[in-house]
Amino acid sequence: MSLPEGVERRSFGGNEWLATEGEPVYGEPTDGSWRRWDPRRSKLGAMFELGIDTGLDGDETVLYLGAAAGTTVSHVADFAGPTYAVEFAARPARELLDAAAPRGNLFPLLKDARKPETYAHVVEPVDAIVQDVATRGQAKVALANRRFLEDDGRLLLAVKPRSEDVVQDPSEVRAEVVETLEACYEILETRSLEPFHGDHFGIVATPR
Amino acid sequence: MSENTHAGWFSGVDPDDLDGAREAIEGGSADEPRAWPALAVESGFAADEDEYYERLHEATVYATREAVREAEIADDKQLIHAVRAMDDCERVANELAERVAEWAGSRREDAGTGIEYARRLAQDDASDDPLVSLARRVRDLADETDALRSHVERTAPEVAPNLAALAGPVLAARLIALAGGLEQLARKPAGTVQVLGAEEALFAHLRGRAPSPKHGIIFTHEAVSGTHSQHRGSAARALAGKLAIAARIDHYAGDLRPELEAELHGRIETIQGRDTE
Repeated sequence: MSLPEGVERRSFGGNEWLATEGEPVYGEPTDGSWRRWDPRRSKLGAMFELGIDTGLDGDETVLYLGAAAGTTVSHVADFAGPTYAVEFAARPARELLDAAAPRGNLFPLLKDARKPETYAHVVEPVDAIVQDVATRGQAKVALANRRFLEDDGRLLLAVKPRSEDVVQDPSEVRAEVVETLEACYEILETRSLEPFHGDHFGIVATPR
Repeated sequence: MSENTHAGWFSGVDPDDLDGAREAIEGGSADEPRAWPALAVESGFAADEDEYYERLHEATVYATREAVREAEIADDKQLIHAVRAMDDCERVANELAERVAEWAGSRREDAGTGIEYARRLAQDDASDDPLVSLARRVRDLADETDALRSHVERTAPEVAPNLAALAGPVLAARLIALAGGLEQLARKPAGTVQVLGAEEALFAHLRGRAPSPKHGIIFTHEAVSGTHSQHRGSAARALAGKLAIAARIDHYAGDLRPELEAELHGRIETIQGRDTE
């Protein structure tokens, strides 16, 4: 499993951490032009840290769903090509704007990921979709956005069972999400994101 | 807005007109993505793809910045109007859909029921048929309901972040509407929040003619509706307690406190884990 071009392990405070090259976003430690990518703050960072094969080589066109305050998507824009960041809530979008301003390849979109037709006139076909939306219907969001993904593209999905159903057993939720996804995607890997995100699991998939 | 679903956001937009670009990004739509950078260069919107991406970056940052600024000035009174309008539109759409179904049943082979049937009928090109015309009103009202719901979902977390996180944006807006404002909700004891929306049952109980209601509108929350009826009262009490706290934090402080949600889940899990008879 190799890291994408533009993601490296570097030393911060005597420990090895993932890092990307770009403007700091939230006061993270830096090493010259490199900034620490904290897997505890980022589901995708956790996937890399756990050695999950994401299929990313660097320089991809990316659609990021659930960009929130932009912590992870800023790292993605550091190593990827054109990066479209969809976020529905205005509150975190304020910080997302700060992450986007110095990154010419990061395009913030205040849109609802459940309604892809409202941004398909802006977003081009992409090599990868990264999804981290903590709302109900996470698998449905991935299905609805399948139209953006190239045939050999990758879906990198972080699922929070709690968002799906507060009261259902997480392993049941996991099975249901996988079953729904399989309608349009071939699942390559499913893994818990422990210890970085105890309540999440990650999925790597490719379009059927 | 043009209904052209094959055009990119840049179509007909002057590259120097940021407000025009914002309108196109926010209001436009397409069924499928296309190779927009290449098409934009082809149409003369940009000299090359690098210039296209520069313009896209400038336009998306501007549009998002303006939308965030507008969301910031949303207040609880505006949210109340929006959620009430949403409920009105939904109610009227359903009523008229029933009328359409009844009318269609008297003269059409393919008659169905509900909003979906009205939507189907609205596509009929018999423009002078009063039934088809009525079906179109139903469709437009249903679309308006969806647009208002989106608006509520976007503004409720701005007005009351903790309440929206715990209750969901729509239920949060309804609680604020029932109380008459966020401040009024923040001043209510948890027991009152628990039965908001069940006033009729509450007054019947106070007059001594009925048992006390266990829950009002918060019944729509899965923490209550998803709990076995035996423990529903406890679940409603626990939820109302947390919602009352959330409303107070939203009104008096305003910062988002994720631990509230974790506490609520823990409490509800405990209640649902109890044995049922």
